[in-house]
Amino acid sequence: MGYRFTAAAFNQLLESLREKYRVYAPTLLKGKGKFSDTDLVGYAEISKIEDVVFNQKSYFSPKETFYPVTQRLFYFNENGFSEAVVDEKGMIVFLRACDIQAVERLDKIMLENGLSADYYYERLRNKLKLIVMDCQESFDSCFCVSMGTNKTENYSASVRLENGVYLSDVQEDIEGLFAFHGETIEVSPKFVESNKQSVKVPENLVLESVAANPIWEEYGSRCIACGRCTVVCPSCSCYTMQDIFYDDNPKCGERRRVWASCQIDGFTDMAGGHSFRRNNGERMRFKVMHKIKDFKQRFGVHMCVGCGRCDNACPEYISLAHCIDRLGKEEAGNRG
Amino acid sequence: MVKNSYIPFKAKILAKYQQTELDWTYRLECQIQPIAGQFMEVSLPGVGECPISISDFGDGYIEMTIRRVGQVTGGIDKLVPGDYLFLRGPYGKGFPLESFYNKHLIIAAGGTGLAPVKSVINYFYARPELLQRCDILTGFKTPNDVLFKHDLDKWAQTFRVEVTVDKLDESGNLEVIANSCSRRTGLITALIPDVEIPSLEDVRVIIVGPPVMMKFTAQEFLCRGLAKENIWVSFERKMSCGLGKCGHCKIDETYVCLEGPVFNFAQAQTLLD
Ligand SMILES: Cc1cc2nc3c(=O)[nH]c(=O)nc-3n(C[C@H](O)[C@H](O)[C@H](O)COP(=O)(O)OP(=O)(O)OC[C@H]3O[C@@H](n4cnc5c(N)ncnc54)[C@H](O)[C@@H]3O)c2cc1C
Ligand code: SF4
Ligand code: SF4
Ligand code: FES
Repeated sequence: MGYRFTAAAFNQLLESLREKYRVYAPTLLKGKGKFSDTDLVGYAEISKIEDVVFNQKSYFSPKETFYPVTQRLFYFNENGFSEAVVDEKGMIVFLRACDIQAVERLDKIMLENGLSADYYYERLRNKLKLIVMDCQESFDSCFCVSMGTNKTENYSASVRLENGVYLSDVQEDIEGLFAFHGETIEVSPKFVESNKQSVKVPENLVLESVAANPIWEEYGSRCIACGRCTVVCPSCSCYTMQDIFYDDNPKCGERRRVWASCQIDGFTDMAGGHSFRRNNGERMRFKVMHKIKDFKQRFGVHMCVGCGRCDNACPEYISLAHCIDRLGKEEAGNRG
Repeated sequence: MVKNSYIPFKAKILAKYQQTELDWTYRLECQIQPIAGQFMEVSLPGVGECPISISDFGDGYIEMTIRRVGQVTGGIDKLVPGDYLFLRGPYGKGFPLESFYNKHLIIAAGGTGLAPVKSVINYFYARPELLQRCDILTGFKTPNDVLFKHDLDKWAQTFRVEVTVDKLDESGNLEVIANSCSRRTGLITALIPDVEIPSLEDVRVIIVGPPVMMKFTAQEFLCRGLAKENIWVSFERKMSCGLGKCGHCKIDETYVCLEGPVFNFAQAQTLLD
């Protein structure tokens, strides 16, 4: 079903939704940009539709809303452990088609990999409703079309701003509220069919020859192992567990998990000072291979969804899109 | 809803035995039935968690041999019998014991690498009729680093046991090493050319130790004509979850905590860090 909303009607919809849900969307975060006086688009809870930034790509990805940067797992004291409680409200997140594809990638590792689903991930994921924001045109650095991730059918509702009104295709009405607040109209979501750049994705990479490729040395000499590329990535999922104890009683404390990055020192460090992939070029190779080979080998789809956020975030102007394209073209060249 | 695999259970320390200055074996009250070669995630709430191999197990207990190297292992070192550790597991793939039945098993263990294979050795020590023969080659840094001295002595009653140390300590004394074992100085790789191999196709090899030791030891066995498929190794990697989620242990498309830590060498050899 399609619906049309004036801004006022959409805000009434949001108000009704917010009784049972927290609603997250890309918004302008003042003063959070690279330089102190600049802004940055990132995720925050919203109460009105005018807060949603439609005309830019968000710098941070939506994953932080349902897979927090820092997540409490449990508390402990002398008597044992108690599980961290979770907010009763559901979650509604506004995000792009590629971002929804990235949620499906996170589901693969967090729900399917290993013997069982990740308890804490599943707990929030089950509460999650997805609202896809139409892409009316491609942003700079996007290469979703090359990755085949420019579309999705996995959403509760879509939304786009067109001539001052909000148009929504609803697949799963949340509590019947879209129908209640909207005016029925034909709507189909819009997805981009081409990007400003296209990359040649290699499909038959052989690890030994990739590892011998001199490009990693070049990337290694530029990469400063800051990990920004993995922080902004919607499909990166690694974490490290940490314990903290409370100052007033060292027997009480909590265990948390925090996002980790394969690009940063310490990711593979073991006792005795042994670590793997010390060189930043090797780490870049590891990341790229995960994004466009290893993950697919395991789960059948590429991990990278072509959102281009890593390219925007890298202080050294390293472009993953360019790297993938190089590998793809070299592969095609070698074969041809 | 799935079960919360992150919350550990409590296990009482029943006994604690000193192995070396840094290594102690802990016997913990615990009902799990692990497979030799599997590991546990061991917690000290407020400090953290780390993966530790099960070095032995029996009715109502497991043993772990832990080296004091940092935060968590340093905290564990201070505990005494009657105190508690917190565990989750067992995790990972262990050794495929049945593929060693009626074979000539050769175990090469370097340093703390002896811990994850100790229960393999004990399994066959209790059932020697299951093997054609068994050679146990162990290498340590100095005589003071030798682990499981009593066990080495015991095993040497039934199997051929060799102990080598990289170098002697100040005392220049090899006597501290178990009595009935053959003793030498030098690297473990030097022991391999002398192992008697009556029938090559019956040989199965387990190699566990630091990465460099495993690499060169495997090379020596390949030189003696062994097929890669007949060699097993056990990997150590940084691990945070043990559940296939955190990503720390990943090499290529392989998760060491799930598909390892025990690997057949034919697979292990293709993994590239
Ligand atoms: C499958 C498996 C089985 C294992 N079995 C055993 C076993 O049976 N017995 C055993 O004793 N150990 C075993 N280990 C190793 C054990 O897990 C580690 O020794 C343990 O994690 C150390 O934890 P810690 O908190 O004490 O040390 P940490 O405090 O984490 O660190 C120890 C040392 O590592 C280095 N280090 C760590 N983090 C950093 C960093 N960020 N930067 C620089 N240096 C750093 C430092 O040199 C430090 O002294 C096993 C590991 C695996 C993966
Ligand atoms: S383009 Fe970069 S940030 Fe986006 S999914 Fe791919 S690797 Fe992640
Ligand atoms: S953002 Fe750029 S410099 Fe930083 S770790 Fe990633 S590739 Fe390296
Ligand atoms: S230890 Fe976390 S994925 Fe293997």
